[in-house]
Amino acid sequence: MLTNRSKVVVKKEMNFLEKIYLPAVFGGVIITIKHLFRRKATVRFPEVKRYISAVWRGQHVLKRDEHGAERCTACGLCAVACPAEAITMTAAERKKGEEGLYREEKYASVYEINMLRCIFCGLCEEACPKEAIFLTDRIESTDYSRQAFIYGKDKLVEAVDDRIDVTKRQTPEVLEFKQQKLLSHNR
Amino acid sequence: MIALLTYKGILVLVIFIITLAVAAYSTYAERKVAAFLQDRIGPDRAGPFGLLQPLADGAKFFFKEEIIPNVSNKTLFILGPCIAMMTALMAGVVIPWGDTIISGDNTYVLQITDLNIGILYIFGVVSIGVYGIMIGGWSSNNKFSLLGAIRASAQMISYEIAMGLAIIALIMMTGTLSLREISLQQAGGAGNHWNMWNVVYQPLGFIIFLVCAFAECNRTPFDLPECETELVGGYHTEYSSMKLGLYLFAEYINMFISSAVISTLYFGGFNFPFMNNLGLSHNWITVIGAAFFFSKIVFFIFFFMWIRWTVPRFRYDQLMNLGWKMMLPLAIFNIALSGLISLIFKN
Repeated sequence: MLTNRSKVVVKKEMNFLEKIYLPAVFGGVIITIKHLFRRKATVRFPEVKRYISAVWRGQHVLKRDEHGAERCTACGLCAVACPAEAITMTAAERKKGEEGLYREEKYASVYEINMLRCIFCGLCEEACPKEAIFLTDRIESTDYSRQAFIYGKDKLVEAVDDRIDVTKRQTPEVLEFKQQKLLSHNR
Repeated sequence: MIALLTYKGILVLVIFIITLAVAAYSTYAERKVAAFLQDRIGPDRAGPFGLLQPLADGAKFFFKEEIIPNVSNKTLFILGPCIAMMTALMAGVVIPWGDTIISGDNTYVLQITDLNIGILYIFGVVSIGVYGIMIGGWSSNNKFSLLGAIRASAQMISYEIAMGLAIIALIMMTGTLSLREISLQQAGGAGNHWNMWNVVYQPLGFIIFLVCAFAECNRTPFDLPECETELVGGYHTEYSSMKLGLYLFAEYINMFISSAVISTLYFGGFNFPFMNNLGLSHNWITVIGAAFFFSKIVFFIFFFMWIRWTVPRFRYDQLMNLGWKMMLPLAIFNIALSGLISLIFKN
Protein backbone atom coordinates (compact mmCIF):
# COMPACT_ATOMS: atom_id res chain seq x y z
CA MET A 1 0.00 0.00 0.00
CA LEU A 2 2.81 2.36 0.86
CA THR A 3 4.48 1.98 -2.51
CA ASN A 4 1.28 1.83 -4.57
CA ARG A 5 2.67 -1.27 -6.22
CA SER A 6 0.51 -3.85 -4.48
CA LYS A 7 -1.52 -6.07 -6.78
CA VAL A 8 -4.67 -7.96 -6.03
CA VAL A 9 -4.03 -11.60 -6.84
CA VAL A 10 -6.62 -13.12 -9.13
CA LYS A 11 -6.54 -16.86 -9.63
CA LYS A 12 -7.78 -17.02 -13.19
CA GLU A 13 -7.56 -19.69 -15.81
CA MET A 14 -4.47 -19.33 -18.00
CA ASN A 15 -5.17 -18.39 -21.60
CA PHE A 16 -3.72 -20.29 -24.53
CA LEU A 17 -0.53 -18.23 -24.86
CA GLU A 18 0.18 -18.62 -21.16
CA LYS A 19 -0.57 -22.32 -21.28
CA ILE A 20 2.01 -23.13 -23.92
CA TYR A 21 4.68 -21.37 -21.80
CA LEU A 22 6.75 -20.36 -24.82
CA PRO A 23 6.03 -16.58 -24.85
CA ALA A 24 6.86 -16.40 -21.14
CA VAL A 25 10.03 -18.44 -21.67
CA PHE A 26 10.99 -16.16 -24.55
CA GLY A 27 10.50 -13.10 -22.34
CA GLY A 28 12.67 -14.64 -19.65
CA VAL A 29 15.37 -15.54 -22.13
CA ILE A 30 15.52 -11.92 -23.31
CA ILE A 31 15.91 -10.72 -19.73
CA THR A 32 18.73 -13.15 -18.93
CA ILE A 33 20.66 -12.43 -22.13
CA LYS A 34 20.65 -8.74 -21.23
CA HIS A 35 22.47 -9.64 -18.02
CA LEU A 36 25.22 -11.31 -20.04
CA PHE A 37 26.44 -7.89 -21.09
CA ARG A 38 25.88 -6.05 -17.82
CA ARG A 39 28.75 -4.71 -15.76
CA LYS A 40 29.79 -7.39 -13.28
CA ALA A 41 29.46 -6.76 -9.57
CA THR A 42 32.36 -9.02 -8.59
CA VAL A 43 35.46 -7.53 -6.95
CA ARG A 44 38.54 -9.72 -7.59
CA PHE A 45 39.52 -9.53 -3.95
CA PRO A 46 43.21 -10.05 -3.32
CA GLU A 47 44.20 -7.98 -6.37
CA VAL A 48 41.41 -5.41 -6.18
CA LYS A 49 40.30 -4.10 -2.82
CA ARG A 50 36.95 -2.51 -2.19
CA TYR A 51 37.05 1.14 -1.20
CA ILE A 52 36.71 1.52 2.54
CA SER A 53 36.25 4.76 4.44
CA ALA A 54 39.18 6.48 6.15
CA VAL A 55 37.27 6.27 9.44
CA TRP A 56 36.46 2.59 8.87
CA ARG A 57 36.09 0.68 12.13
CA GLY A 58 38.36 -2.33 11.65
CA GLN A 59 41.02 -4.10 13.71
CA HIS A 60 41.98 -2.36 16.96
CA VAL A 61 45.34 -0.88 17.81
CA LEU A 62 46.83 -0.11 21.23
CA LYS A 63 48.78 3.12 20.78
CA ARG A 64 52.18 4.07 22.16
CA ASP A 65 53.06 7.66 23.04
CA GLU A 66 55.71 9.76 21.31
CA HIS A 67 58.50 8.08 23.37
CA GLY A 68 57.31 4.60 22.52
CA ALA A 69 55.67 3.84 25.89
CA GLU A 70 52.30 2.08 25.98
CA ARG A 71 49.49 4.52 26.70
CA CYS A 72 47.07 1.98 28.18
CA THR A 73 46.75 2.17 31.96
CA ALA A 74 44.42 -0.81 32.39
CA CYS A 75 41.59 1.29 33.83
CA GLY A 76 39.02 -1.10 32.35
CA LEU A 77 36.69 1.59 30.98
CA CYS A 78 36.81 0.02 27.53
CA ALA A 79 35.85 -3.37 28.92
CA VAL A 80 32.94 -1.75 30.76
CA ALA A 81 31.85 0.18 27.69
CA CYS A 82 32.04 -2.86 25.43
CA PRO A 83 28.48 -4.02 24.67
CA ALA A 84 29.71 -7.38 23.37
CA GLU A 85 31.96 -8.01 26.39
CA ALA A 86 34.82 -8.80 24.10
CA ILE A 87 37.61 -7.11 26.08
CA THR A 88 39.41 -8.58 29.08
CA MET A 89 42.56 -7.37 30.77
CA THR A 90 44.84 -7.94 33.73
CA ALA A 91 46.50 -4.94 35.36
CA ALA A 92 50.05 -4.87 36.69
CA GLU A 93 52.26 -2.33 38.49
CA ARG A 94 55.13 -0.72 36.64
CA LYS A 95 58.55 -1.70 38.07
CA LYS A 96 61.52 0.59 38.35
CA GLY A 97 63.32 0.95 35.02
CA GLU A 98 60.21 0.23 32.95
CA GLU A 99 59.35 3.91 32.51
CA GLY A 100 60.25 3.71 28.82
CA LEU A 101 57.85 0.81 28.30
CA TYR A 102 54.74 2.02 30.12
CA ARG A 103 53.52 5.59 30.34
CA GLU A 104 51.57 5.31 33.61
CA GLU A 105 52.38 3.54 36.87
CA LYS A 106 49.76 0.93 36.14
CA TYR A 107 49.63 -0.98 32.90
CA ALA A 108 47.86 -3.95 31.26
CA SER A 109 50.01 -7.08 31.46
CA VAL A 110 47.34 -8.97 29.54
CA TYR A 111 44.97 -7.26 27.12
CA GLU A 112 42.76 -9.46 24.99
CA ILE A 113 39.99 -8.72 22.50
CA ASN A 114 37.87 -11.58 21.25
CA MET A 115 37.44 -10.67 17.60
CA LEU A 116 34.55 -13.10 17.21
CA ARG A 117 32.60 -11.25 19.89
CA CYS A 118 33.60 -7.75 18.86
CA ILE A 119 30.95 -5.86 16.90
CA PHE A 120 33.31 -3.02 15.92
CA CYS A 121 31.05 -0.34 17.40
CA GLY A 122 33.94 1.84 18.55
CA LEU A 123 32.63 2.41 22.09
CA CYS A 124 35.97 1.29 23.59
CA GLU A 125 37.66 4.05 21.67
CA GLU A 126 35.13 6.59 22.89
CA ALA A 127 35.47 5.45 26.49
CA CYS A 128 39.29 5.51 26.59
CA PRO A 129 40.55 8.48 28.63
CA LYS A 130 44.18 7.89 27.67
CA GLU A 131 43.80 7.89 23.86
CA ALA A 132 45.18 4.37 23.92
CA ILE A 133 42.78 2.22 21.90
CA PHE A 134 41.64 3.00 18.39
CA LEU A 135 39.88 1.20 15.62
CA THR A 136 41.80 1.30 12.34
CA ASP A 137 41.04 0.77 8.67
CA ARG A 138 42.75 -2.63 8.73
CA ILE A 139 40.58 -5.71 8.22
CA GLU A 140 41.33 -8.45 10.73
CA SER A 141 42.56 -11.63 9.08
CA THR A 142 40.86 -15.00 8.87
CA ASP A 143 41.88 -18.13 10.75
CA TYR A 144 40.97 -21.76 11.27
CA SER A 145 40.49 -21.94 15.06
CA ARG A 146 38.37 -19.90 17.44
CA GLN A 147 41.31 -19.52 19.81
CA ALA A 148 43.25 -17.65 17.15
CA PHE A 149 40.62 -14.92 17.11
CA ILE A 150 41.42 -13.86 20.68
CA TYR A 151 43.92 -11.13 19.92
CA GLY A 152 46.50 -10.47 22.64
CA LYS A 153 48.92 -7.61 23.08
CA ASP A 154 51.25 -9.14 20.50
CA LYS A 155 48.73 -8.35 17.77
CA LEU A 156 47.11 -5.24 19.26
CA VAL A 157 50.02 -3.03 20.39
CA GLU A 158 51.59 -1.10 17.56
CA ALA A 159 55.28 -1.63 16.83
CA VAL A 160 57.63 1.15 18.00
CA ASP A 161 59.14 1.59 14.56
CA ASP A 162 55.90 0.99 12.64
CA ARG A 163 53.32 3.38 14.04
CA ILE A 164 49.73 3.18 12.88
CA ASP A 165 48.20 6.44 11.77
CA VAL A 166 44.93 7.23 13.56
CA THR A 167 44.78 10.98 12.84
CA LYS A 168 41.67 10.43 10.72
CA ARG A 169 39.83 9.16 13.78
CA GLN A 170 41.59 11.38 16.34
CA THR A 171 40.60 14.77 14.92
CA PRO A 172 40.53 17.90 17.11
CA GLU A 173 36.74 17.71 17.10
CA VAL A 174 36.87 14.21 18.52
CA LEU A 175 39.36 15.26 21.20
CA GLU A 176 37.17 18.21 22.15
CA PHE A 177 34.13 15.94 22.28
CA LYS A 178 35.95 13.64 24.66
CA GLN A 179 36.64 16.53 27.03
CA GLN A 180 32.92 17.03 27.69
CA LYS A 181 32.75 15.22 30.98
CA LEU A 182 29.01 15.77 31.26
CA LEU A 183 28.36 13.10 28.68
CA SER A 184 27.65 9.79 30.29
CA HIS A 185 30.33 7.79 28.57
CA ASN A 186 33.02 10.23 29.63
CA ARG A 187 32.10 10.37 33.30
CA MET B 1 40.68 -52.29 -46.18
CA ILE B 2 43.52 -51.78 -43.70
CA ALA B 3 43.76 -48.13 -44.71
CA LEU B 4 40.03 -47.67 -44.18
CA LEU B 5 40.20 -49.31 -40.75
CA THR B 6 43.14 -47.13 -39.74
CA TYR B 7 41.31 -44.04 -40.90
CA LYS B 8 38.15 -45.02 -38.99
CA GLY B 9 40.25 -45.85 -35.92
CA ILE B 10 41.89 -42.44 -35.99
CA LEU B 11 38.52 -40.78 -36.52
CA VAL B 12 37.01 -42.64 -33.56
CA LEU B 13 39.92 -41.57 -31.39
CA VAL B 14 39.71 -37.94 -32.52
CA ILE B 15 35.97 -37.76 -31.94
CA PHE B 16 36.34 -39.46 -28.57
CA ILE B 17 38.89 -36.86 -27.51
CA ILE B 18 36.84 -33.99 -28.90
CA THR B 19 33.75 -35.24 -27.11
CA LEU B 20 35.57 -35.48 -23.79
CA ALA B 21 37.16 -32.07 -24.29
CA VAL B 22 33.83 -30.48 -25.14
CA ALA B 23 32.21 -32.15 -22.12
CA ALA B 24 35.04 -30.97 -19.85
CA TYR B 25 34.82 -27.43 -21.12
CA SER B 26 31.04 -27.52 -20.89
CA THR B 27 31.44 -27.68 -17.12
CA TYR B 28 33.60 -24.58 -17.32
CA ALA B 29 31.19 -22.91 -19.73
CA GLU B 30 28.26 -23.77 -17.51
CA ARG B 31 29.84 -21.97 -14.58
CA LYS B 32 30.92 -19.02 -16.69
CA VAL B 33 27.51 -18.64 -18.35
CA ALA B 34 25.79 -18.97 -14.99
CA ALA B 35 28.08 -16.31 -13.57
CA PHE B 36 27.65 -13.92 -16.46
CA LEU B 37 23.87 -14.25 -16.48
CA GLN B 38 23.92 -13.44 -12.77
CA ASP B 39 26.25 -10.42 -13.11
CA ARG B 40 29.24 -12.29 -11.71
CA ILE B 41 32.50 -13.28 -13.43
CA GLY B 42 32.76 -16.96 -12.51
CA PRO B 43 35.91 -19.06 -12.08
CA ASP B 44 39.00 -17.06 -13.05
CA ARG B 45 41.76 -18.37 -10.77
CA ALA B 46 43.07 -21.47 -12.57
CA GLY B 47 45.01 -20.19 -15.56
CA PRO B 48 44.02 -17.22 -17.73
CA PHE B 49 40.25 -16.62 -17.42
CA GLY B 50 40.13 -19.83 -15.36
CA LEU B 51 40.65 -21.93 -18.47
CA LEU B 52 42.44 -24.67 -16.54
CA GLN B 53 39.49 -25.10 -14.19
CA PRO B 54 38.20 -28.30 -15.89
CA LEU B 55 41.63 -29.92 -15.45
CA ALA B 56 41.65 -28.97 -11.78
CA ASP B 57 38.13 -30.34 -11.35
CA GLY B 58 39.02 -33.56 -13.14
CA ALA B 59 42.16 -34.06 -11.04
CA LYS B 60 40.12 -33.36 -7.93
CA PHE B 61 37.63 -36.08 -8.89
CA PHE B 62 40.44 -38.63 -9.11
CA PHE B 63 41.89 -37.73 -5.71
CA LYS B 64 38.58 -37.70 -3.84
CA GLU B 65 37.73 -40.53 -1.50
CA GLU B 66 35.73 -43.26 -3.16
CA ILE B 67 32.72 -44.29 -1.08
CA ILE B 68 30.65 -47.35 -1.94
CA PRO B 69 27.79 -47.75 0.55
CA ASN B 70 27.79 -51.06 2.45
CA VAL B 71 24.11 -51.61 1.75
CA SER B 72 24.46 -51.07 -1.98
CA ASN B 73 24.64 -53.71 -4.66
CA LYS B 74 28.30 -53.21 -5.47
CA THR B 75 28.39 -54.64 -8.98
CA LEU B 76 25.45 -52.60 -10.16
CA PHE B 77 26.67 -49.57 -8.24
CA ILE B 78 29.85 -49.60 -10.31
CA LEU B 79 28.04 -50.59 -13.50
CA GLY B 80 25.64 -47.62 -13.37
CA PRO B 81 28.02 -44.77 -14.24
CA CYS B 82 29.81 -47.02 -16.76
CA ILE B 83 26.59 -47.57 -18.71
CA ALA B 84 25.69 -43.89 -18.53
CA MET B 85 29.10 -42.88 -19.87
CA MET B 86 29.28 -45.61 -22.50
CA THR B 87 25.88 -44.93 -24.04
CA ALA B 88 26.56 -41.22 -24.02
CA LEU B 89 29.77 -41.79 -26.00
CA MET B 90 28.21 -44.34 -28.35
CA ALA B 91 25.68 -41.89 -29.73
CA GLY B 92 28.42 -39.87 -31.41
CA VAL B 93 29.14 -42.66 -33.90
CA VAL B 94 26.49 -41.74 -36.48
CA ILE B 95 26.79 -37.97 -36.29
CA PRO B 96 28.09 -36.54 -39.59
CA TRP B 97 30.76 -34.12 -38.39
CA GLY B 98 31.53 -32.93 -41.89
CA ASP B 99 31.25 -33.78 -45.58
CA THR B 100 33.98 -35.69 -47.42
CA ILE B 101 37.65 -34.90 -47.82
CA ILE B 102 39.07 -35.97 -51.19
CA SER B 103 42.79 -36.63 -51.49
CA GLY B 104 43.85 -38.29 -54.73
CA ASP B 105 41.62 -41.28 -55.38
CA ASN B 106 40.57 -41.67 -51.77
CA THR B 107 37.46 -40.14 -50.29
CA TYR B 108 37.36 -39.76 -46.53
CA VAL B 109 33.93 -39.28 -44.94
CA LEU B 110 34.00 -37.28 -41.72
CA GLN B 111 31.59 -39.65 -40.03
CA ILE B 112 32.45 -42.83 -38.19
CA THR B 113 29.72 -44.86 -39.81
CA ASP B 114 26.79 -43.88 -42.01
CA LEU B 115 24.08 -46.22 -40.76
CA ASN B 116 20.97 -46.13 -42.90
CA ILE B 117 18.98 -46.13 -39.65
CA GLY B 118 21.06 -43.35 -38.05
CA ILE B 119 18.30 -41.68 -36.05
CA LEU B 120 16.89 -44.98 -34.85
CA TYR B 121 20.36 -45.93 -33.63
CA ILE B 122 20.62 -42.71 -31.64
CA PHE B 123 17.20 -43.29 -30.13
CA GLY B 124 18.14 -46.84 -29.20
CA VAL B 125 21.38 -45.79 -27.54
CA VAL B 126 19.76 -42.91 -25.69
CA SER B 127 17.07 -45.18 -24.29
CA ILE B 128 19.75 -47.55 -22.99
CA GLY B 129 21.24 -44.51 -21.29
CA VAL B 130 18.31 -44.41 -18.88
CA TYR B 131 19.48 -47.79 -17.55
CA GLY B 132 22.66 -46.16 -16.31
CA ILE B 133 20.64 -43.75 -14.22
CA MET B 134 18.11 -46.37 -13.10
CA ILE B 135 20.69 -48.98 -12.10
CA GLY B 136 22.80 -46.38 -10.31
CA GLY B 137 19.86 -44.96 -8.42
CA TRP B 138 18.36 -48.31 -7.51
CA SER B 139 21.57 -50.04 -6.44
CA SER B 140 22.50 -47.14 -4.12
CA ASN B 141 19.82 -48.40 -1.72
CA ASN B 142 18.90 -44.85 -0.80
CA LYS B 143 15.39 -43.45 -0.99
CA PHE B 144 16.48 -40.21 -2.62
CA SER B 145 18.49 -42.07 -5.24
CA LEU B 146 15.57 -44.38 -5.93
CA LEU B 147 13.13 -41.48 -6.26
CA GLY B 148 15.52 -39.72 -8.61
CA ALA B 149 15.94 -42.87 -10.69
CA ILE B 150 12.18 -43.45 -10.90
CA ARG B 151 11.63 -39.86 -11.94
CA ALA B 152 14.40 -40.08 -14.52
CA SER B 153 13.03 -43.23 -16.13
CA ALA B 154 9.44 -42.00 -16.13
CA GLN B 155 10.46 -38.67 -17.57
CA MET B 156 12.73 -40.09 -20.24
CA ILE B 157 10.17 -42.65 -21.41
CA SER B 158 7.43 -40.00 -21.54
CA TYR B 159 9.43 -37.52 -23.55
CA GLU B 160 10.99 -40.10 -25.83
CA ILE B 161 7.54 -40.74 -27.31
CA ALA B 162 6.91 -37.11 -28.21
CA MET B 163 10.48 -36.84 -29.46
CA GLY B 164 10.08 -39.86 -31.70
CA LEU B 165 6.82 -38.56 -33.10
CA ALA B 166 8.43 -35.19 -33.82
CA ILE B 167 11.11 -37.05 -35.76
CA ILE B 168 8.53 -39.04 -37.72
CA ALA B 169 7.17 -35.83 -39.25
CA LEU B 170 10.72 -34.94 -40.27
CA ILE B 171 11.37 -38.36 -41.74
CA MET B 172 8.17 -38.19 -43.76
CA MET B 173 9.68 -35.10 -45.36
CA THR B 174 13.24 -36.29 -45.83
CA GLY B 175 12.45 -39.88 -46.76
CA THR B 176 15.58 -41.21 -45.07
CA LEU B 177 16.80 -42.13 -41.59
CA SER B 178 20.46 -41.62 -42.43
CA LEU B 179 21.83 -38.52 -40.74
CA ARG B 180 24.34 -37.93 -43.52
CA GLU B 181 21.65 -37.90 -46.19
CA ILE B 182 19.46 -35.61 -44.09
CA SER B 183 22.44 -33.24 -43.83
CA LEU B 184 23.14 -33.35 -47.55
CA GLN B 185 19.50 -32.59 -48.35
CA GLN B 186 19.88 -29.28 -46.55
CA ALA B 187 22.88 -28.05 -48.55
CA GLY B 188 22.31 -24.35 -49.10
CA GLY B 189 22.71 -22.46 -52.33
CA ALA B 190 23.29 -25.51 -54.54
CA GLY B 191 23.13 -24.29 -58.14
CA ASN B 192 20.27 -21.90 -58.50
CA HIS B 193 17.80 -23.52 -56.16
CA TRP B 194 17.89 -23.16 -52.42
CA ASN B 195 17.54 -26.00 -49.97
CA MET B 196 16.29 -24.52 -46.76
CA TRP B 197 17.21 -25.91 -43.39
CA ASN B 198 14.60 -28.30 -42.07
CA VAL B 199 13.63 -25.92 -39.28
CA VAL B 200 11.89 -23.80 -41.92
CA TYR B 201 9.64 -26.69 -42.91
CA GLN B 202 9.26 -28.18 -39.44
CA PRO B 203 9.09 -25.31 -36.93
CA LEU B 204 6.61 -27.09 -34.69
CA GLY B 205 8.54 -30.33 -34.86
CA PHE B 206 11.70 -28.46 -33.98
CA ILE B 207 10.16 -26.91 -30.87
CA ILE B 208 8.81 -30.29 -29.74
CA PHE B 209 12.17 -31.91 -30.37
CA LEU B 210 14.03 -29.16 -28.52
CA VAL B 211 11.80 -29.34 -25.44
CA CYS B 212 12.06 -33.14 -25.42
CA ALA B 213 15.83 -32.90 -25.79
CA PHE B 214 15.92 -30.80 -22.62
CA ALA B 215 13.93 -33.50 -20.83
CA GLU B 216 16.08 -36.31 -22.23
CA CYS B 217 19.28 -34.62 -21.04
CA ASN B 218 17.78 -34.00 -17.58
CA ARG B 219 18.42 -30.31 -17.97
CA THR B 220 16.51 -27.50 -16.27
CA PRO B 221 13.51 -26.94 -16.44
CA PHE B 222 13.21 -30.74 -16.47
CA ASP B 223 16.02 -31.68 -14.08
CA LEU B 224 13.74 -33.42 -11.61
CA PRO B 225 15.89 -36.60 -11.40
CA GLU B 226 18.61 -34.64 -9.65
CA CYS B 227 16.75 -31.69 -8.19
CA GLU B 228 18.84 -30.71 -5.21
CA THR B 229 16.04 -28.97 -3.34
CA GLU B 230 13.97 -32.13 -2.88
CA LEU B 231 16.21 -35.11 -3.54
CA VAL B 232 19.67 -34.08 -2.28
CA GLY B 233 21.40 -35.14 -5.50
CA GLY B 234 18.79 -37.41 -7.04
CA TYR B 235 20.09 -40.62 -8.56
CA HIS B 236 23.74 -39.75 -7.85
CA THR B 237 23.27 -38.90 -4.16
CA GLU B 238 25.46 -41.79 -3.00
CA TYR B 239 28.12 -41.36 -5.65
CA SER B 240 31.48 -39.78 -5.00
CA SER B 241 34.84 -39.38 -6.66
CA MET B 242 35.19 -40.18 -10.36
CA LYS B 243 31.98 -42.24 -10.48
CA LEU B 244 30.07 -39.04 -9.77
CA GLY B 245 32.34 -37.41 -12.32
CA LEU B 246 31.31 -40.00 -14.91
CA TYR B 247 27.63 -39.25 -14.31
CA LEU B 248 28.16 -35.53 -14.65
CA PHE B 249 30.35 -36.09 -17.68
CA ALA B 250 27.73 -38.32 -19.28
CA GLU B 251 25.18 -35.57 -18.80
CA TYR B 252 27.38 -33.05 -20.58
CA ILE B 253 28.19 -35.50 -23.36
CA ASN B 254 24.47 -36.11 -23.81
CA MET B 255 24.03 -32.37 -24.09
CA PHE B 256 26.78 -32.21 -26.72
CA ILE B 257 25.31 -35.09 -28.71
CA SER B 258 21.78 -33.75 -28.59
CA SER B 259 23.04 -30.35 -29.72
CA ALA B 260 24.74 -32.13 -32.60
CA VAL B 261 21.54 -34.03 -33.45
CA ILE B 262 19.44 -30.86 -33.33
CA SER B 263 21.94 -29.11 -35.60
CA THR B 264 21.99 -32.04 -38.02
CA LEU B 265 18.27 -32.60 -38.19
CA TYR B 266 16.95 -29.05 -38.17
CA PHE B 267 19.82 -26.63 -38.74
CA GLY B 268 21.55 -27.99 -41.80
CA GLY B 269 24.33 -29.99 -40.11
CA PHE B 270 27.66 -29.19 -41.74
CA ASN B 271 26.08 -26.96 -44.39
CA PHE B 272 26.25 -23.21 -44.32
CA PRO B 273 24.61 -20.52 -46.45
CA PHE B 274 26.16 -19.80 -49.87
CA MET B 275 28.51 -22.77 -49.45
CA ASN B 276 28.50 -23.61 -53.16
CA ASN B 277 28.65 -20.02 -54.40
CA LEU B 278 31.97 -19.12 -52.78
CA GLY B 279 34.07 -20.81 -55.46
CA LEU B 280 36.14 -22.74 -52.90
CA SER B 281 37.46 -26.23 -53.42
CA HIS B 282 35.48 -29.14 -52.02
CA ASN B 283 37.95 -29.84 -49.20
CA TRP B 284 37.89 -26.25 -48.02
CA ILE B 285 34.11 -26.25 -47.95
CA THR B 286 34.23 -29.44 -45.88
CA VAL B 287 36.61 -27.88 -43.37
CA ILE B 288 34.60 -24.67 -43.08
CA GLY B 289 31.41 -26.73 -42.90
CA ALA B 290 32.78 -28.77 -40.00
CA ALA B 291 33.67 -25.53 -38.23
CA PHE B 292 30.15 -24.25 -38.87
CA PHE B 293 28.73 -27.49 -37.50
CA PHE B 294 30.73 -27.07 -34.31
CA SER B 295 29.67 -23.46 -33.92
CA LYS B 296 26.05 -24.58 -34.23
CA ILE B 297 26.67 -27.20 -31.56
CA VAL B 298 28.32 -24.63 -29.31
CA PHE B 299 25.37 -22.32 -29.78
CA PHE B 300 22.94 -25.03 -28.73
CA ILE B 301 25.06 -25.97 -25.72
CA PHE B 302 24.99 -22.30 -24.78
CA PHE B 303 21.23 -22.34 -25.33
CA PHE B 304 20.88 -25.28 -22.93
CA MET B 305 22.74 -23.28 -20.27
CA TRP B 306 20.93 -20.08 -21.10
CA ILE B 307 17.57 -21.79 -20.53
CA ARG B 308 18.90 -23.36 -17.33
CA TRP B 309 19.47 -19.96 -15.75
CA THR B 310 16.17 -18.57 -17.05
CA VAL B 311 13.40 -21.08 -16.40
CA PRO B 312 12.67 -22.56 -12.97
CA ARG B 313 12.12 -26.28 -12.49
CA PHE B 314 8.74 -27.83 -13.32
CA ARG B 315 6.70 -29.60 -10.71
CA TYR B 316 6.43 -33.34 -11.31
CA ASP B 317 2.74 -33.28 -12.31
CA GLN B 318 3.38 -30.28 -14.56
CA LEU B 319 6.16 -32.23 -16.22
CA MET B 320 3.92 -35.21 -16.90
CA ASN B 321 1.05 -32.96 -18.04
CA LEU B 322 3.33 -31.19 -20.47
CA GLY B 323 4.73 -34.45 -21.80
CA TRP B 324 1.54 -36.44 -22.24
CA LYS B 325 -1.18 -33.82 -22.67
CA MET B 326 0.68 -31.16 -24.65
CA MET B 327 3.73 -32.57 -26.40
CA LEU B 328 2.25 -35.88 -27.49
CA PRO B 329 -0.97 -34.47 -29.09
CA LEU B 330 1.06 -31.64 -30.59
CA ALA B 331 3.50 -34.11 -32.14
CA ILE B 332 0.66 -36.19 -33.61
CA PHE B 333 -0.94 -33.01 -34.94
CA ASN B 334 2.41 -32.11 -36.47
CA ILE B 335 2.57 -35.46 -38.26
CA ALA B 336 -0.92 -35.00 -39.66
CA LEU B 337 -0.12 -31.44 -40.73
CA SER B 338 3.14 -32.42 -42.45
CA GLY B 339 1.37 -35.28 -44.21
CA LEU B 340 -1.40 -32.99 -45.41
CA ILE B 341 0.96 -30.29 -46.64
CA SER B 342 3.28 -32.70 -48.45
CA LEU B 343 0.24 -34.32 -50.06
CA ILE B 344 -1.04 -30.98 -51.34
CA PHE B 345 2.32 -29.73 -52.61
CA LYS B 346 3.48 -32.96 -54.19
CA ASN B 347 0.39 -33.17 -56.45
